[in-house]
Amino acid sequence: MGAFTMPSLGADMDEGTLQEWLVKPGERVRKGEAVAVVETAKSTVEVECFESGTVEQLLVEPGTTVPVGTALALIAPFARAREARGGPDGTVEETPPRPEPRRAAPPSGTEAARAPTPTPARAHEHSEAGPLLRHLAERSGLEWEALHGSGPGGRVTRGDVERAAGAARPPRIRATPLAKRLAAELHVDLGTLRGTGTDGAVRAADVRSAAPGGATTPTPAHRAARPRAAEDRASARRQAIAALMTRANRDIPHYYLSTTVDMAAAMDWLHEHNRRNPVGERLLPAALLLKAAACAAREVPELNGFWVDGGFVPGDGVHLGVAVSLRGGGLVAPALHDADTLDLRQLMAGLKDLVVRARTGRLRGSEVSAPTLTVNNLGDQGVETVYGVIYPPQVALVGFGRVVDRPSAVDGLLGVRPVVTATLSADHRATDGAVGARYLTAVDRLLRNPEQL
Amino acid sequence: VNRTEALELVKDSISRVVPGADLDALGPDDSFRDALEMDSLDFLGFIEALSSRSGVRIEDEDTRHLTTLSGTADFLVARAG
Repeated sequence: MGAFTMPSLGADMDEGTLQEWLVKPGERVRKGEAVAVVETAKSTVEVECFESGTVEQLLVEPGTTVPVGTALALIAPFARAREARGGPDGTVEETPPRPEPRRAAPPSGTEAARAPTPTPARAHEHSEAGPLLRHLAERSGLEWEALHGSGPGGRVTRGDVERAAGAARPPRIRATPLAKRLAAELHVDLGTLRGTGTDGAVRAADVRSAAPGGATTPTPAHRAARPRAAEDRASARRQAIAALMTRANRDIPHYYLSTTVDMAAAMDWLHEHNRRNPVGERLLPAALLLKAAACAAREVPELNGFWVDGGFVPGDGVHLGVAVSLRGGGLVAPALHDADTLDLRQLMAGLKDLVVRARTGRLRGSEVSAPTLTVNNLGDQGVETVYGVIYPPQVALVGFGRVVDRPSAVDGLLGVRPVVTATLSADHRATDGAVGARYLTAVDRLLRNPEQL
Repeated sequence: VNRTEALELVKDSISRVVPGADLDALGPDDSFRDALEMDSLDFLGFIEALSSRSGVRIEDEDTRHLTTLSGTADFLVARAG
């Protein structure tokens, strides 16, 4: 049985609010399928599951905010689910015990919150041992060295981290959504209440009777809270950016490089392409810039990855973070997966899709958590040069300004050419200027030969 | 297309890419791209929408004339004939 847990959707995420379930108990889900909508300080994200199976039980109700790593649902792998159903007898014992928050006797301490026994060596755990797990452990306040590894060769798996994190968490409180909302509004601690609902769940009536001054109608308070929601959200988003960028500026010794790239060939190629193709397949300069940034990252892999625990860990592909500004203020930088392998048409389609979903609040978990290198293209805002701050734990950020016409010497003659300023902010712990220079040189070469992109 | 229809097409296409845009606050000669903070992807979406609704193919070179409501409507009328 696998626990589907609150994922970490970026280095700055400690907790998330389960907004909506996209599946029901008994439903079959495939690995990679979106199963829930999670709201973080920065955005609303569709979260995929990492295992195929049958949804056994939803553990957390919509509207609940829980720390990263908390089990949200139980998903039984297909084979096991069949076994449990089809077995004539005794098979029940083979099914690992699941957490039983409904037990009649009040659970002592952390027992109820303990994660279920993991299925041995799940396939996805192999690939996951690495920087992301270390982060998960760090965020959960766990000592990496103290963790017991149950994977092959004693390797620490996600399950190990989650179990250890789960053991350290307080037990979950069962309460109806209305009761939770009321409790928040009336400042009542749900943990202190004795629930009178099904299986001891705390009901709204329990909260009202416990509130100072007795029963109150919830409506006015709720209504009053409404207009604040958007403001709170913008402020939460601001706070999340503030925390991450403060960390970046404190921990990362940035160095900055800049070069001017002649875009004449690229723009000619682009206009030619756009003339020949339907309007729907038109490309923007951004597509060429992103592709060049991705291909250069493949050539200079030292800049594509993460700085974790005092060392560089290369990315498992070029997952290009694309900084997207949101209409309400703030920004997100979701990933274009394997951007270096996409042709320009695919990349453009991916970019459009990503930006629309970033703005309508429907990004996927794998997009939010995975970038290995981020590109900030502020050309639309009219600026020519971007000196960016790196998104930890990434080790570099690429900036592109606006494509502008400038006088420029070509083959000994002065002419007016479209140019773009490409900048690199890089982590001096991970690389030196020579590596950064190699990267920008590659970007320059790629953009001068657009037909190869 | 007559001028009034063209103007409606332009407004419709803007609303598609910038949902909830306050088009009444927009003067006929204001730069809507700046006023509505449309980035290049938004603008491309607008061109796509306008092109498919009007049946007029709009080239990259044309787009620099398409910055105001009135300029864009004039363009459509001229091209659609």
